[in-house]
Amino acid sequence: MIEVRQLVKAFGPKVVLRGLNFNVGEGEFVALLGPNGAGKTTFLRILATLSRPKMGKVVLGGWQLPSQAGAVRRILGVVSHQPLLYGDLSAEENLRFYARMYGLEDGEARIAEVLRLVGLHRRRRDLVREFSRGMQQRLAIGRAILHRPKVLLFDEPHTGLDQEAAGMLDGLLREVAAEGRTVVMTSHDLLRAARLAGRVDILSKGVIAASVPGGDVDPVELSELYRKVTHD
Amino acid sequence: MTEQAGAIEAAMRIGWAGRLARYLRSIAAIVWKDVVAEFRSRELLGGMLVFALLVILIFNFALELDIRTRESVATGVLWVTFAFAGTLGLNRSMAMEKDRGSLDGLLLAPVDRSAIYFGKALGNLLFMLIVEAIVIPTFSVLYNLNLLKAGLLLVVLLGSVGYIAVGTLLSSMAVQARTRDVLLPILLFPVAVPVLLASVKASNGFLIGLEMVEIWPWLNLLIAYDVIFIAVAFMVFDFIVEE
Amino acid sequence: MEPTPRLLKILNGFTGLLFIAALYMVLFYAPREAMMGDVQRVFYFHVAAGWVGALAFLVTAVAGIAYLARGGHRWDQIALASVEIGVVFTFINIVSGSIWARPIWNTWWTWDPRLVTATIMELVYIAYLMLRQGIEDPGRQARFGAVYGIVGFISVPLTFLSIRIFRTIHPVVVGSSDPTAEGAFDMTPKMQAAFFFSLFTFTFVYITLLWHRLRLQRLVEYVEARKSQALTG
Repeated sequence: MIEVRQLVKAFGPKVVLRGLNFNVGEGEFVALLGPNGAGKTTFLRILATLSRPKMGKVVLGGWQLPSQAGAVRRILGVVSHQPLLYGDLSAEENLRFYARMYGLEDGEARIAEVLRLVGLHRRRRDLVREFSRGMQQRLAIGRAILHRPKVLLFDEPHTGLDQEAAGMLDGLLREVAAEGRTVVMTSHDLLRAARLAGRVDILSKGVIAASVPGGDVDPVELSELYRKVTHD
Repeated sequence: MTEQAGAIEAAMRIGWAGRLARYLRSIAAIVWKDVVAEFRSRELLGGMLVFALLVILIFNFALELDIRTRESVATGVLWVTFAFAGTLGLNRSMAMEKDRGSLDGLLLAPVDRSAIYFGKALGNLLFMLIVEAIVIPTFSVLYNLNLLKAGLLLVVLLGSVGYIAVGTLLSSMAVQARTRDVLLPILLFPVAVPVLLASVKASNGFLIGLEMVEIWPWLNLLIAYDVIFIAVAFMVFDFIVEE
Repeated sequence: MEPTPRLLKILNGFTGLLFIAALYMVLFYAPREAMMGDVQRVFYFHVAAGWVGALAFLVTAVAGIAYLARGGHRWDQIALASVEIGVVFTFINIVSGSIWARPIWNTWWTWDPRLVTATIMELVYIAYLMLRQGIEDPGRQARFGAVYGIVGFISVPLTFLSIRIFRTIHPVVVGSSDPTAEGAFDMTPKMQAAFFFSLFTFTFVYITLLWHRLRLQRLVEYVEARKSQALTG
C-alpha cells in the first residue's frame, strides 16, 4: 500500500530524512515512534502530499508522489494534531464543507453516518469552538474518514487529551482501523501507540532504525529498545 | 475494496465536464464557508467597516475641504479608504486559515490548488464589496456628493477585482512571514498603483461627468490589469502553497 | 573556496578601465549643454543607472520564472544578487534625477512618469528584500521571491502607463509647462557617444558586480552548510 525507498528531505542545509525506507501492506496498522525533531511530522507530511520529497521514491496505493498527488489525496485521510476545523462553523457544517470539497455524492447521508460513528450526532448543530479538545479530535477523525479513504495518517492524535478522552479515541481508532484501512500513526506515547498497532517502527536520525511487532508488547523491552536506538 | 475501486473508476470516467463542475463546486464551498464563518463572528466586516469610516472622518478633518475642492478629491479619499480597509480584510482572511492550520485541510482536498485561490479571492471580494456598499452611500451623505452613478459603481467593481486579485495572492505569502501584518501593505501598494490610480481617475471622471473619451484609457487599463493579474495568480499560486 | 577565476580578474580590470573612460567622456569629451550647463552631465550616468536598475529587475523576473519552472538553486542566487544591485542603481537613478532637476526646474522633485515609476520600482525591490527576510525556510524564500519578482516586474510597465495617461490627460501643475518635463534636449553626436558609452560601461559594471555577488553568496552558503554539519554531525 505504502512504499517508500531512499527518501531524502532537507530544509536548506539541514537534512531531516536521510534515505528513509518504509513499507506498509494493505490493512496494516503501523505506529511510528521517535524523538522530537527526528522527522516524524516531516515524513507524514510528505506521505500526506503536503510536502515534496527531495529525492527518493514514494508510492501510495499505486500512485507515485509527487507527480500523482491528486490521485493520492482521494484515497487519503489525515488527522493532524491541529484539528483542521473551522471554529465558527457547526460540526455538521464542517463536515458538509469537506464533503463538498471531496465531491461526495451521498454527502448528507454520509455526514450523519460519520457523526454517529464518532459519537457527535447529538452535538452536530453546535459550533466547533465550543467543543472540548477530545470532541474536536473525534470530529477531525470523522472529517478524515468522510470520503472513505483507503489510507489513514494520524500525526500524534492523542496530544492534549486527558486519559478518558484518549481512551475514547483509542476505541474509535480501533473501529476505524478494523474497516480494513491502512493506518500510519505517529506518537509520543510509546506504549499506547504500540498497543494499538500491529507493528512499531522507530524513526531516528532520519531513517527507520528499528521495527518490531506491536500489539501485546512488554513495556520495559519497548522503552529499552527505544532508548537504545535513539541515543546512539 | 470493490467499493473503493468502483469510486475511483467512476471518478476517472467523469471527464472534464465533471471535473469542472467539481472545481466550481469547491470554489463555491470555500466562499460559502467564509461567508458563514464571518456571519457568525463578524470580525472581518466589523473591523473593516469601522476602520473605513474612521479613515473618512480623519480625511474630513485633515483636508478641510470647501465645496468646490471636495469634488476633486472625493474619489481619491474614497479609494485610499478602500485600499486600507482592503488590506485589513486580506490579512485577516488568510491569517484565519494559516493559524488554525486549516490551510492544510484545504490542501488535502483532491482539487486543483487554484480553486483555493479563487475561493479565497471571491470571498475577499465579496467582503470588500459589502464594505464598499456601505461606505459609498455614507460618503455621499457626509460629503454631499452623489456617488451612486452607474459608471462609478462599475469602476468600483473593476478596481476591487484587480486589487483583491493581487491582494489575495500576496497575502497568502505575507501571512507566512514573521512580519505578516506590516508586510502585506508593503508588498501590495507599489504593485497596486496602476489599479488604484486608474480607479481614482475613472471614478472621478464619472463623478464630475467627463466625456467617455477621457475615461476610456483608464477603464482599459483597469480591465487589462484585472485580466493580467488574475491570469498570473492562477499560474503562480501553486508555488506559494506547496512545500 | 575557489580563488578568483582569471576571467573575473580580467573583467575587473576591463570594467575599471571602462569606467574611467566613461568618466572622461562625460566630464570632458561631451560638450557643455547650451541651456542647462554642466549639471546636464548628470544625465549620462542617471540614465545608465536607470538602465541597470531595469535590467536587474528583468534578470530577477526571468531568473524567478526559471527557478519555478526548472528548479535549481543557481537561479535563485542570481535573482537575489540582481535585486540587490538593482536597488542600489535605481536609488542612484532617483537621486541623480533629483540632483539634475534642482538647478533646472528649481525643485527637488518632478512628477515625471519615469522618475515616479523608478521610485515605485525601488519600493517593489525593497518589498522583495523584506519579503525574503521575513521567511525562514530557504525553499519557500526562493519561491516567494520568484513569485513577487514576477508580479512586481509585470506591474512596473503598467505603473508607467498609468502615470503617463495621468500626465497626458492632466498636465502637471508643478514643474515646467512642458508635458514631458524630462527636459528634452537634442543630443549632438559627441553627446550621443558619451551616452551610449555610459550605457555600455554600466552594463559591464552590472555584470561584474553580479558575478562578485554570486561568489559571495556561494561562500555564505558554504559556511552555513559547514556550520550545520558541525552542529549536527
